Amino acid sequence: MSLLDYFKTSKTSSASLAKERLQILVAHERTSKNQPSYLPELQDELLNVVRKYTNVTQDAIFINFEQDEHQETLELNIMLPDDNDKKKTKSILGK
Amino acid sequence: MVTSGKGGVGKTTTSAAIAMGLAKKGHKTAVIDFDVGLRNLDLIMGCERRVVYDFINVVNGEATLHQALIKDKNCGQLYILPASQTRDKDALSKEGVEKVLNELSKTFKYIVCDSPAGIEKGAHLAMYFADDAFVVTNPEVSSVRDSDRMLGLMSSKSRRAEKNQEPIKEYLVLSRYSPERVKLGEMLSVEDVQEILSLHLLGVVPESKSVLNASNAGIPIILDEKSDAGQAYADIVARYLGEEKPHRFIETKRGFFGKLFGGK
Repeated sequence: MSLLDYFKTSKTSSASLAKERLQILVAHERTSKNQPSYLPELQDELLNVVRKYTNVTQDAIFINFEQDEHQETLELNIMLPDDNDKKKTKSILGK
Repeated sequence: MVTSGKGGVGKTTTSAAIAMGLAKKGHKTAVIDFDVGLRNLDLIMGCERRVVYDFINVVNGEATLHQALIKDKNCGQLYILPASQTRDKDALSKEGVEKVLNELSKTFKYIVCDSPAGIEKGAHLAMYFADDAFVVTNPEVSSVRDSDRMLGLMSSKSRRAEKNQEPIKEYLVLSRYSPERVKLGEMLSVEDVQEILSLHLLGVVPESKSVLNASNAGIPIILDEKSDAGQAYADIVARYLGEEKPHRFIETKRGFFGKLFGGK
């Protein structure tokens, strides 16, 4: 092992960290790019419906859209506030 | 069309170099600055004092294309269409740009569109009519991310995408590359960037002092044939035109210290 190699290995590579972060981010952004354009509006309306019956905040609703070769999945998660401060999660999965 | 999403990565430098390279190969070439309000191509091309009319004047019919085009002082085959410095970006319209591009394509073999940074109107119009895209990227996280975003827009918001035609051909120009820093693990490598963007690599432009020297003087870097960056752009143009050229400037130069410590 040469002297230069010694210095190289003693450093944690920031480039590999950059690559890892980018791969995750880019993959995420590519999937969200293909999301239907009605998704934010749907999220908003669903939130309003839920709010009619219960008191939830914007952060308590989570919509995830996933796509593979065979199917598109819309996942909806609503964190319902509970009187006893317990939190229940309702999940609807659709095709 | 030359794009990047992010600002300051070398779009205008690349536009000037590629346009000059194509013209020097004997192709009649026009280069258009789409950065309305913040024009700089004229400065990089060294013709800033000869700007009378601009792109917007032509779009609005206030000047003819012939009046607005500036003949390059170094190459008779190259003409520059500067952006307006006084109007805002809304002065450009799809129809207006299309009209000018159609008129230019009657006499020019290549039309190089220098896109502004960002994803707003100017950038959208620069890419909308494109056949080929040079995606200028620096080996740095924000630049790679923005390039990916631009690629997404090109595949969905361009004329070719809207008309279901063959997609825009996309080429990667990796600029400000430092093989030394890549070797030390401080910079994303060519392979890393290619893997993330999955783009065809047209060439790597090394980080070079000569780029600033060239822009200081208003001479496209490709005319500095002695500089590494100038040679890199000459390779890029040649590859774009179908010539086979082995990639350069990816490996570190082995100097005295490299030989001393590098083993082998």
